[in-house]
Amino acid sequence: MKNIRETTFKSLTYVSALFTIIFLFGIIGSLFLEGLPLIKLVTFKTFILNPSWHPTSYPADFGILSLIAGSLIVTMGALILAIPLGIGSAIYISEIAGNKTREIIKPIIELLAGIPSVVYGLFGMAFLSPFLIRVFGIPTGLNAFSASIILGIMVVPIISSMSEDALSTVPRQLREASLALGATRWETIMRVVLPAAKSGVIGSVVLGFGRAIGETMVVIMVAGGAAQIPTSIFQPVRPMTAAVAAEMGETVFGSPHFHALYAIAIVLFIITFATNLITEVVFFRKGDLK
Amino acid sequence: MKRREWEEFLGVNLLRLVIGITVAFLILFLFVIFSKGAPMISWSFLTESPRKYMTEGGIFPAIVGTFWLTILSIAFSLPLGIFTAIYLSCYARAAWFVRITRLSVRTLAGVPSIIFGLFGRMVFVHLFGFGISILSGALTLGILALPMIINSSEEAIRGVPKDFWEASLALGATQRQTILRVILPTALPNILTGVIISIGRVAGETAPILFTAATFYTRQMPSSAMDEVMALPYHIYALMTEGAHASKQVPIAYGTAVVLLLVVLSISAIAIIIRYHMRRKRTW
Repeated sequence: MKNIRETTFKSLTYVSALFTIIFLFGIIGSLFLEGLPLIKLVTFKTFILNPSWHPTSYPADFGILSLIAGSLIVTMGALILAIPLGIGSAIYISEIAGNKTREIIKPIIELLAGIPSVVYGLFGMAFLSPFLIRVFGIPTGLNAFSASIILGIMVVPIISSMSEDALSTVPRQLREASLALGATRWETIMRVVLPAAKSGVIGSVVLGFGRAIGETMVVIMVAGGAAQIPTSIFQPVRPMTAAVAAEMGETVFGSPHFHALYAIAIVLFIITFATNLITEVVFFRKGDLK
Repeated sequence: MKRREWEEFLGVNLLRLVIGITVAFLILFLFVIFSKGAPMISWSFLTESPRKYMTEGGIFPAIVGTFWLTILSIAFSLPLGIFTAIYLSCYARAAWFVRITRLSVRTLAGVPSIIFGLFGRMVFVHLFGFGISILSGALTLGILALPMIINSSEEAIRGVPKDFWEASLALGATQRQTILRVILPTALPNILTGVIISIGRVAGETAPILFTAATFYTRQMPSSAMDEVMALPYHIYALMTEGAHASKQVPIAYGTAVVLLLVVLSISAIAIIIRYHMRRKRTW
């Protein structure tokens, strides 16, 4: 009797773990099952390299180059903002701030991380966009620039908290030795602490990239939505996630457009999967992959 | 010597500036949302249904929808997540199976939320025939929350000293008894913190419910798990992107955002308080 209970309980935990695997393969499977049929209509090369995305016109164009461009420009813009802010905040919290300041600032940054993305989207649409129109005199405030700003702010806590973890693993002795040799705090940070924490800090940036490129609500609300390769950062763009989210509701189940959106999701999945892999290889390269 | 001092001065103040910008942005952000949204909040805003094509009335159905979506998704992912964490930290024999499980958890944690939505639409809405419903949305959100719950639970279980495990086994308890009566109760506060944080995340997610659960407007309250629902995050999105009366819809969106932020932030505050108390009480 006792044995049966033991085995049942153990099997239960085993089955639960199995479910996690099933979910992942279910997700991959469903993307490919619905995405791959597109290959009957468009070759892989045209799909990736054709900048013309007109899924509902006749004949339809299923080229996602402009969507990829939209995703990349917005993500890069976000990182340009988030890397200095995120890493700088992490350095400040771990190296400069006193205990009291740290106790206040850390929760504030955690707070930023907990804000739902749709609220950021609202802020971008209703506040930032009119503000940019007034300041820059541009025709629309919903463009790659404003999406980059909002997305950048969203990524700051991700980069900051992971970089800070990396900085905190640098042994105290290294700092003390450097200071004892007469180096200033700034020199210690730039030449001792940062190089020692390099892999973790880079890992945080890669992770931030993955988050930014997969983020949906901010770009669908703030990026403007035009499927074009932008010639200026103040032009509206349509990142991949925005195209999927905005168009999925209007498609007929099983139509070419429907398959094309799942095919975009495959591209998105591969990109985020690759960034995760890179984070892991960079971050855990000391063979810490339990 | 002079140059080095300048460098130190500039560098440290640059870092102060950076942290200042980050904090200033958060303050500006919260100020904008609350100053425009707080005046909207009233008893009728919280307890009435929307009226006149979303230009008047309250957001009660969206509050109810978010409540059910969140509760059901956690009810689904909590047992799965804790059992998986138990497997990974207490049993875990077959190396290849453990490795695949861990890889799955890490990969799931990095999958963009919109992809969960696509999976949910295909599997729960279409294949299982649940349609656009609370059930489909809650299951989709549950899978999204699963890696967070597994990770925090496993960390919590690993935080229990090995002595507890060994002492319990030495006293003749079985593995199952040790896990259920020694390990889990000890790890519970930490597990709870992780779960509460994922509740906050789930309550604020929009993309996964876009085409699995959410609807812009329903007249009735949901009567079963098979009904489509309004939800707070989706309501903000819909008010900003649909409908023809932007000037009347934007203030309602701000008001909804305040309610959503208060929900999400008070949930994380609870997590922080639990963590704080637990750290003080811990004696090992």
